[in-house]
Amino acid sequence: MYGLYKCIFLILMLTLSGCSDKPLNSPYGKNTDNKKVFYSSFQERPKHLDPARSYSSNEYAFIAQIYEPLFQYHYLKKPYQLIPLAAKEMPELIYLDNKFEKTKDKNKVRYIKYVLKIKRGILYQNHPAFYKNGSNYRYHNLKKTELEGIDTIKDFKNESTRELTSDDYIYQIKRLADYKNHSPIAGVMQEYIFGFSEYNKKISNAKYKSISERIELIKSNQIKGVEKIDNFTFSIILKKQYPQFVYWLAMPFFSPMPWEADMFYSQPGLQEKNITLNWFPVGTGPFKLTENNPNLRMVLEKNKNFRKEVYPSLKDKIVKRKMISYNKNKVIPFIDKAIYSLEKEQIPRWNKFLQGYYDNSGIASDNYDQAISLNNSGDVSLNKDLEKKGIYLTTATAASTYYIGFNMLDSIVGGKSQRSKLLRQAITIAIDYDEYISIFANGRGILAQSPIPPGIFGYQDGKKEYNKTVFKKNKGQIEKRSIEDAKKLLLKAGYDNGIDKKTGKPLILYFEATGAGADTYAFLNWLRKQFKKINIQLVTRVTDYNRFQEKMINGTGQIFQWGWNADYPDPENFLFLLYSKNGKVKFGGENASNYESEAFDKLFKQMKNMKNSQKRREIIKEMLKIVQSDSPWIWGFHPKSFSLSHGWVENTESNLMANNTLKYKEISYQKRSENIKLWNKPNFNLLYFLLILIFIILISVLFMIRKKDKEKVYD
Amino acid sequence: MIKYIIKRFIYAIPILIGVNLLTFTLFFVVNSPEEVARLHLGNKRVTQEQIVQWNEERGYNNPLFYNSAQKGLDVFKETIFYEKSLKLFLFDFGISDSGRDIKYDIKQRMLPSLAIALPSLLVGLFVNITIALFFVFFRSTKVDYVGVILCVALMSISSLFYIIGGQYLISKLLHLVPISGYAQGYEAIKFLVLPVIISVIYGIGSGTRWYRSLFLEEIEKDYVKTAKSKGLSESAVLFNHVFKNALIPILTGVVVILPLLFLGSLIVESFFGIPGLGSYTIDAIQSQDFAIVRAMVFLGTILYIFGLILTDISYTFVDPRVRLK
Repeated sequence: MYGLYKCIFLILMLTLSGCSDKPLNSPYGKNTDNKKVFYSSFQERPKHLDPARSYSSNEYAFIAQIYEPLFQYHYLKKPYQLIPLAAKEMPELIYLDNKFEKTKDKNKVRYIKYVLKIKRGILYQNHPAFYKNGSNYRYHNLKKTELEGIDTIKDFKNESTRELTSDDYIYQIKRLADYKNHSPIAGVMQEYIFGFSEYNKKISNAKYKSISERIELIKSNQIKGVEKIDNFTFSIILKKQYPQFVYWLAMPFFSPMPWEADMFYSQPGLQEKNITLNWFPVGTGPFKLTENNPNLRMVLEKNKNFRKEVYPSLKDKIVKRKMISYNKNKVIPFIDKAIYSLEKEQIPRWNKFLQGYYDNSGIASDNYDQAISLNNSGDVSLNKDLEKKGIYLTTATAASTYYIGFNMLDSIVGGKSQRSKLLRQAITIAIDYDEYISIFANGRGILAQSPIPPGIFGYQDGKKEYNKTVFKKNKGQIEKRSIEDAKKLLLKAGYDNGIDKKTGKPLILYFEATGAGADTYAFLNWLRKQFKKINIQLVTRVTDYNRFQEKMINGTGQIFQWGWNADYPDPENFLFLLYSKNGKVKFGGENASNYESEAFDKLFKQMKNMKNSQKRREIIKEMLKIVQSDSPWIWGFHPKSFSLSHGWVENTESNLMANNTLKYKEISYQKRSENIKLWNKPNFNLLYFLLILIFIILISVLFMIRKKDKEKVYD
Repeated sequence: MIKYIIKRFIYAIPILIGVNLLTFTLFFVVNSPEEVARLHLGNKRVTQEQIVQWNEERGYNNPLFYNSAQKGLDVFKETIFYEKSLKLFLFDFGISDSGRDIKYDIKQRMLPSLAIALPSLLVGLFVNITIALFFVFFRSTKVDYVGVILCVALMSISSLFYIIGGQYLISKLLHLVPISGYAQGYEAIKFLVLPVIISVIYGIGSGTRWYRSLFLEEIEKDYVKTAKSKGLSESAVLFNHVFKNALIPILTGVVVILPLLFLGSLIVESFFGIPGLGSYTIDAIQSQDFAIVRAMVFLGTILYIFGLILTDISYTFVDPRVRLK
């Protein structure tokens, strides 16, 4: 009988799993075992895949593999270094005077021209937008009847390609300026690119009757500062010095966009089917998006038209006592396909990783103890169970800073008075961020001394250089100032044991918080205790994110928690968070604490346009000294990212600035297949037990019913 | 009957307007269009100009209910409420705030929701009625008491426990089905087995108790006593008489929820990675996409009203005494 059940179940399950020898719990279809497929997951569906709009890491995970900006970060070099991607070489800078003539006289420099050359022979992925029927584009004027049976981009029968030209980069810069595309960097670029805002106004006010008219309008109107030199060279003129501009050129915003794609996707019939540029990218990169179902799965496949690019040579390994360059000159990408599945919940995501169905995984706080252990010297290491499975850990400190900010416009904690400054300093000392990292981040973080995170020029490591307001040197060791020190500062500020000497009332401060989960309340309780150490009462005002934003914009909050992820690896990208002209209330900028310091501003302007040098380091040091003393922030921490990969995944170097790293990944699929089969052998024992139990219950029930029926008859 | 149905549909219009008005007011009392724009445009480097442009493009720059700058009927027509909510009556769901066509998305997500909800309902119905009949057969005995206690215990446990426990036991320990995911076509079955089993088990407690009470109410009636006095066995009375007569409330209870099956389950879809309408709604609420929220609320209301009308109609089929006027 048991054999019969087993047979039925096996037949059923084999039918369901496509008659393959795959484990029953495999979440994938057939025919993927023998291919170099990378499996991963995403938690939140990307909102935008249009490079003009996309500005978050979960979106970059996809589009950075498809679109190719001019530059990229070297995969292996630290500190981070820019190298050409679609560009032939790094940009040539020409200094111009006010008549746009070349000048070498520094005093006459009015504009800076970036001359950008791109590689020849780069082809776009095959796409219907490029397909021509004779001299006309076949799919640029689709009728309703032609759209029947078209649900996705794959449903178009014909596709073609063309060579990348400088026009495509120029077209994309125009798209950045077009308000219809809602590019988040339009405001920044308006400040720097010559003619950008004029183009924006012109194109925004222009009227057109058809899509082709609109495209023609974009093509025929030029941004004065963006000029085509030839098919493979163009230039961008900046209104003022901005050395960080080159970093923007490495971001997907500055990816090439063929006008054909814009024309194709602008057709209303396709938009009704959600076939838009925002969902189906067209790029020259190593991969193309072949399936975009962000509610379920996104699939990237190797772009057959991708040029020959080789693995960067830097990392060496020892083979037979000889140092050889690791993967040197191997053609990338190594993998054929990458399948990303939507996995909203942590538990299934983690379990699928352990079963081998995802090649990599982060570590959520719920799984931290299961994955990580501390060794005798206090260093983190992987748990033995995971090690046995061949899983390995990669750690990296993110170029990010999380902090608690004081609103400098507030009458109690803000302002330039000595009293408020001492109060801020006392609080900064009292908050134990080491404890915070340990409790709320599972130790995954580095104590911040200033806004600048590790890996960025000017970073202070807390050993050689440190925040003297919060730390002091004692017998050659750096240690945090004591609570007594904080209390003394508070007394100096006019608060005796938390009581305002002037009014005789206790000092009550307000913390603006968002979120309502258990973690939020635990954090708020912890924070209240930190303030209590110096007898300050902290009232937490929990609100939704919109209300919180409103308070920040209007400057009505008092103390708040905030963070910043680097756009590019330059100290300017962090120090500008404290530059007065970026004040959130006055200028709508990113200086959320509305900090103002003339001395800091002066040094910022000086430092901003400098190349990394000892002089720049000295200026940054001076700037940090000012803000550390003024304490507009409680210098929080720089988070560490922990990432796990299975042993069959290679080339998982952590490079938190580079987004286009999928092309370097290598998979040993045979090893994966063997392990998955080994780890996922079906266990039918419980099933047999349940079937027997159900059978016994059914028999018993029938017996009981018969018995009861008979009893009634005899009664 | 046709007159009755038309009348019910006409009655539904003020209900739909009321629900729309309520959704609209609640949404925009909590969030101003500017806040919605800010959320969609992201946190970094967003300028006030961009927010204004975003709102203009989506028609959020108009007043909410009354546009004093306009004349005639336009004072009502040139408002967010008219543009965004009243157009729903023409089933014009429009474009979501993130730029996708809502009608297309709903069509795509309806089937996966139904693929879980329909088998869960049918299997659940069969299991619950069977167990309820069993308890009723042994009413006022230890079997019945223990059964009711077990049902209460099953009801008291959170659905999350069943989901996580089921995933752990069936998928992680026994490796019998995938933990989560979905596929098109027949391959979807292996992903649906576990959520359907869990939905059925989760519903046993409440379902069994509900049907048990229906059967117990029926079993006290005079015709049952007559049947028993004729010498019919307990099982014959229960299955041939009580069960058939209790079908009326069971059927009407089921019919009313039939249209709602399309809307899917919020938690189950989220945990099992099923791309249905439940997770669509949850995502929209989280990302404050008003366009989707209003469309889903409208759809939910229509389906519920439709379910109620179907229930009324089903009465006429199961009970010949009922006539709709």
